[in-house]
Amino acid sequence: MSENSIISLQNVNKWFGDFQVLKDVNLEVKKKERIVVCGPSGSGKSTMIRCINRLEEHQEGKIVVDGIELTGNLKNIDSVRKEVGMVFQQFNLFPHLSVKENITLAPIWVKKMPKAEAEELAMKQLEIVKIPEQANKYPGQLSGGQQQRVAIARSLAMNPNIMLFDEPTSALDPEMIKEVLDVMVDLAEGGMTMIVVTHEMGFAKTVADRMVFMDEGKIVEEASPDKFFNNPESDRTKLFLSQILHQ
Amino acid sequence: MENNSNFETRKPPVATTGILGWCRQHLFSNWVNSFITLLVIYFLYQLIPWFLDWSVFSADFWTNYKGELIVDRTFCSRVADPEGDHGACWAIIIVRFYQFMYGFYPPEQVWRVNLTYFLLVIALLPLLIEKIPGRKHLIKFTIAFPIVAFILLYGGFGFQIIPTNKWGGLLVTLVLGVFGIAIAFPLGILLALGRRSQLPVISMFCTLFIEFIRGVPLITLLFFGMVMLPLFLPEGLNLDGLVRVLVAVTLFQAAYMAEVIRGGLQAIPRGQYEAAQSVGLSYWQMNRKIILPQAIRISIPSIVNTSIGLFKDTTLVIIIGLLDLLGIGRGALADATWMGLSNEVYVFVALVFFIFTFSMSRYSLYLEKKLKTGINMGAD
Repeated sequence: MSENSIISLQNVNKWFGDFQVLKDVNLEVKKKERIVVCGPSGSGKSTMIRCINRLEEHQEGKIVVDGIELTGNLKNIDSVRKEVGMVFQQFNLFPHLSVKENITLAPIWVKKMPKAEAEELAMKQLEIVKIPEQANKYPGQLSGGQQQRVAIARSLAMNPNIMLFDEPTSALDPEMIKEVLDVMVDLAEGGMTMIVVTHEMGFAKTVADRMVFMDEGKIVEEASPDKFFNNPESDRTKLFLSQILHQ
Repeated sequence: MENNSNFETRKPPVATTGILGWCRQHLFSNWVNSFITLLVIYFLYQLIPWFLDWSVFSADFWTNYKGELIVDRTFCSRVADPEGDHGACWAIIIVRFYQFMYGFYPPEQVWRVNLTYFLLVIALLPLLIEKIPGRKHLIKFTIAFPIVAFILLYGGFGFQIIPTNKWGGLLVTLVLGVFGIAIAFPLGILLALGRRSQLPVISMFCTLFIEFIRGVPLITLLFFGMVMLPLFLPEGLNLDGLVRVLVAVTLFQAAYMAEVIRGGLQAIPRGQYEAAQSVGLSYWQMNRKIILPQAIRISIPSIVNTSIGLFKDTTLVIIIGLLDLLGIGRGALADATWMGLSNEVYVFVALVFFIFTFSMSRYSLYLEKKLKTGINMGAD
């Protein structure tokens, strides 16, 4: 593990039944670094980032997040989850709670924050994602883009050091993608450590410090965006790029 | 055509609105529909006046057709004057009303039962009315109610002890129904969570428990509670008969409730668990705040359905000698002074049950409607 890595994956292997989804994955992420992970579907990119907050359990290798190793130890898992926020493809807002309650829930119950303070925090987060006026609505009353922005605000309310994004715009209608990406760009400019699984190559070019390309459970290529898009090394990367850039 | 701009809205055609429009659409849309409508109207026309006449207009209440006070079956108009056109003889219910309500509870202590009924209504208020003032404090009372009710009904703490073999009628029905449902509900939630637990010991225990209880008829469980439960208890500890039945009824209901709630749990998308975990909620926080509220919401119709089922199944206690509402009714019919008035007794018992079960069913509809606002489950 290198000196200033905040996330470190070392020889991580994982199987679903007999099927190996992650094969010797090694990845070091520095503080404030923005990583964009791409690759064909089934390449293990979602599984990899889900291992980082232990939504999936890895079977071999070592994952260390902010100095805490992820093992079966529940205390460690809890402290890692406090450090790491996650945004999902399907938003996964709590449909029975209002937007404000979605955001205040974890601060109140996990951080034992007083309700008034948590609500103030929620409004602040909603300002950041630019939808304070939706605070009292329910998720079902919002558009997809608004829901995803609430999901981002919900994660930010726990004040994480690291944000994981699992295809945050894949379930959105085209005209709503930009409003979500704009929020993510703001977040990146604010200095958040981010790992983003996405096929939004425009976003990758503006924001990423490093591109990671995965295929069949392996990291095939790791490079700066400039090199990755203009001069990729592996043929697999070239094929992938030609397919998604010239559609 | 051009003048009729697309942005102008028109009223719907008159023929499809209003009472006439509704009748035309729903009752007389084609000749089969019209025929069925007329047939049903004919049957209702025959049935309702006949029943009203039997049960109200030609019926005896306190006095018979000659104006005499009815003291036994021979005074009933339909017994005294079989040729005449007489309806029900409700005197059997009126004379034995106390038994139907309280069984053989000592009359000088019956205020305790009435007070318990009154407190039950208070305890239900915070569940029925969401915006009632002081709901938080009332909920505390609702949780404490079973203990209060037990002390009031049974005795102790300065109250005279009334053994449960003196209880009867609606009192027993309600004690079994209300306690059975109230205890079985949390128990069922725990069993459902346990069955889905990742810990194999817990999951296996809960599965075995549910499958065993569910695989055995309630009557068998009742006999089990009466006859075999005492064998398992330490010597000297003699559980009350009603308590033993209550244990059997509660376990039975809990197993069914667990499966109903498990069905609800299965409908919750995995993403809800993941989102809850990713913001750091613990297992119990996640279930209490995220998973169960949604799962129970989905299961409300089935929860109420099994609860109504249990409420009616409490009548099975008759076979082990407890006198619930139906038991008291059968007792009344076995009494020589009132023999032969089974129509009246069964209609009355059915009516009482119907009042309770229908209220439960209405409550479930109200809950569904209330909880639907603004929620778009599943599809997002």
